[in-house]
Amino acid sequence: MNSIVLLFLGLAGMALGYIFYSRFLAEKIFRLDPDFITPAHELADGVDYVPTHKAILWGHHFTSVAGAAPIIGPAIAVIWGWGPAFLWVVVGTIFMAGCHDIAAIWASVRNRGKSIGSIAGNVVGKRARALLMIVIFLLLLMVNTAFGTVIARMMVSEPSAVLPVWGALVVAFVTGQCIYRFKLNLAWVSLLGVIALYALIWAGPQMPLALPKQLFGMPDVGVWVVVLFLYCGVASMLPVWMLLQPRDYINGLQLFVGLLALYLSLLIFHPNVVAPMFNHNLPSATPPLVPLLFVTIACGAISGFHGLVATGTTAKQIDKESDIRFVGYFGAVGEGMLALAAILATTAGYATLSRWEGVYSAFGKGGVGAFIEGGGRILANGIGLDIGIATTMLAVMAALFAGTTMDTGVRLQRYILEEFGEIYRLPVLKNGYIATILAVVVCMFLVFGTGGADGAGGLTIWPLFGTTNQLMAGLTLLVVSVMLLRRGIKSWYTLLPMAFLLLMTVVALLLQVKIFYGNGQWVLLAIDLVILVAAVMISLEALSVLRREWPRGGKTVHSLS
Amino acid sequence: MRVADGVRTFRAGLLHYFRAPWRTALARKARDEEDLFLLMIFSESLGIANPVSFYTLELQPIMLERFHAWHTRMGMERSPLDGGFGCC
Repeated sequence: MNSIVLLFLGLAGMALGYIFYSRFLAEKIFRLDPDFITPAHELADGVDYVPTHKAILWGHHFTSVAGAAPIIGPAIAVIWGWGPAFLWVVVGTIFMAGCHDIAAIWASVRNRGKSIGSIAGNVVGKRARALLMIVIFLLLLMVNTAFGTVIARMMVSEPSAVLPVWGALVVAFVTGQCIYRFKLNLAWVSLLGVIALYALIWAGPQMPLALPKQLFGMPDVGVWVVVLFLYCGVASMLPVWMLLQPRDYINGLQLFVGLLALYLSLLIFHPNVVAPMFNHNLPSATPPLVPLLFVTIACGAISGFHGLVATGTTAKQIDKESDIRFVGYFGAVGEGMLALAAILATTAGYATLSRWEGVYSAFGKGGVGAFIEGGGRILANGIGLDIGIATTMLAVMAALFAGTTMDTGVRLQRYILEEFGEIYRLPVLKNGYIATILAVVVCMFLVFGTGGADGAGGLTIWPLFGTTNQLMAGLTLLVVSVMLLRRGIKSWYTLLPMAFLLLMTVVALLLQVKIFYGNGQWVLLAIDLVILVAAVMISLEALSVLRREWPRGGKTVHSLS
Repeated sequence: MRVADGVRTFRAGLLHYFRAPWRTALARKARDEEDLFLLMIFSESLGIANPVSFYTLELQPIMLERFHAWHTRMGMERSPLDGGFGCC
C-alpha cells in the first residue's frame, strides 16, 4: 500500500467527520447557540476572560494539546501493524476525540468557564471531583516520567540533537528579552527565533555532543534524566516571561513548520508502507492488541488531557458558542493529523520490512526512535534535506514537545502540592521551592524505579499513562452526559465512547497487573493498582449517577426531535 | 491598502497568540508585586515600623488610585485605613 493512499484516506475521513459529524453534534446534541452570552463576554476581565477570534484560539488549543504524546503513542502501537493504529486514530478522532473536545469546551462555557474539576463537583458530586483530582495528579506524574525517559534516551541516541535542544533554551531566553526588555517587533523576533532554531538544527550534526558512557558512577541516560529534571525544577521557578512563555511560543511555531514539512515530504516522496497491515510476526511478550492498542494511543485518538486545556483556558476565550465546533473538533483533528504523520513515518519510512522488524524487535522498542529514523528518511527524500539534518530536526521537534510538556507538568504539580499544603494545613508544602523539589524528586524516583538508571525499562510506563489519560476522558464524558441528560437529551454519542473507554481501561489495567507481577516490576504494579482502584470507582460512580439521572417514562425530549 | 490591513491583522493575531496563554500567570505575578509594593508604602499605617517612611510618605498621594483599586479588589468598599488615608 502506498503511503499517499493512507494519507488521503485518513485526511478525507477526518474532513468528512468535521463537515458532517461535528455539524450533527453542534446542532442536534449540544445545540450550540450563537446568541448565548459566553463567559468571555459575560465575565470579560481582559485577563482570563477575553473573547478571541476562533482561528487564533484554535492555534492555542491545538498547540497546547499537541505534544510528544501523539507521536510516541502511534510510534509504539504500529508494532501490531499499521492497520489497527491507523483505524483507531482515524475512527477515534472522528467519533470520540472531536466529540470529547467539543463536549469539554461546551460544558465549561455553560458553567461560567470553570475547570473540569469544579464542573464535576457541581454536576456529579464531590466524589467525582476527588477522583478527578487524583487522576490528574497521576497523569502529570506519569507524563513527566515518560517524557523524562524519552528525552534522556534521545539525547544519547541522537547526539546531534543535544546542541539544538539545549540551544533552544538560549533562543527562547533571548526571544523573551527582545520582546519584553527591548520591546522589539514581535513578528521580526519570531522570525529570527525560528531561523536561529533551525540554524542550531543545521549545526547540530556537525557538533554532536555525547556524555561519557559512565559519569559519576551512573550511565549516561541516568545523568541526562537528572539534568533534565534539574532544568525543569529551575524553569518552573523562573518568572514565566523569561523562559516558559517564549519557549512555548517558538515551539508552537516550530510545530506548524515541522508538520507542514512532514506532510509535504510525504506528498513528494510517497513511499510504500513496508510494515504489514497486521503484524503476524509479533515479537514474543507483545501484549494483545485488544485492549492495549486503545491505551497505547491515547493522544491522537482520544485523550482526556485535552479536557484540562479545553475547560481551563480555551472555554474562557470562546467568542461565540458556535465557534466551539471549529475550535474543539478541529483541534482534535489537528492532533489526529500529527498521529497520522507519526504512523506513516514509522511504517513507510523504512526501506525494507526486515529493517522495520529489526527496529520493532520488542514491545516499547520502536517509539520516538522509530519516528525519528523513519521520518528523517521521508524528509530527506521529500524536501531533500540532508539525512543528518532531517533526523536532527525530528529529534529536536520531539524533544522540544516533550520538554515543554514537562515544564508545564512540573509547574502544575507544584501548584497541586501547594494546594494540598493549603487543604491539609502543611505549611512546608506551601513553600514553592519545597513543593517544586518534591515534585521533581517524585518524578525522578519513578523514572529510576520503573526504568532503571540506564533507561532500559524505558517506556514500560507508557500504557499506564494512556490508561490514566483515557480514564480522564471517560470522566469528562460522564460529566457532559449528565449535563445533557438534565437537558433532556439522552446522548449515546457521549455515553458510548465513555463506556468503551472505561471498559478498555479496566481490562488493560487487569492485564497489566498480570504482566507487571510476572516481570516483578513492583513500582509499576503499585501504580497500576492505584489506577485500577480509581478506574473501578469511576465506573461505579458513572453507573450510579446515570441511574439517578436517567429519565423515567416518556418525559424526555429525544435528541433527534 | 489591502496588504497593509492583512499585515496588521497578522501582527495582531501573532501578538495575541504570544500573549494569551500566559496572561493569567503574568497578571497574577504583577498583582503580587503590586501588593508587596503597596504594603511597603503603607506599612506605617498598618503598624509595621518603616525605616524609610520619610520617603514612602511622599509617595502616598501618587498611590491614591492604586490603593483604591487594591481595597476594592479585596472586597472592601471603603478605605480600610481609618482617619489616615481617604481615597473614598
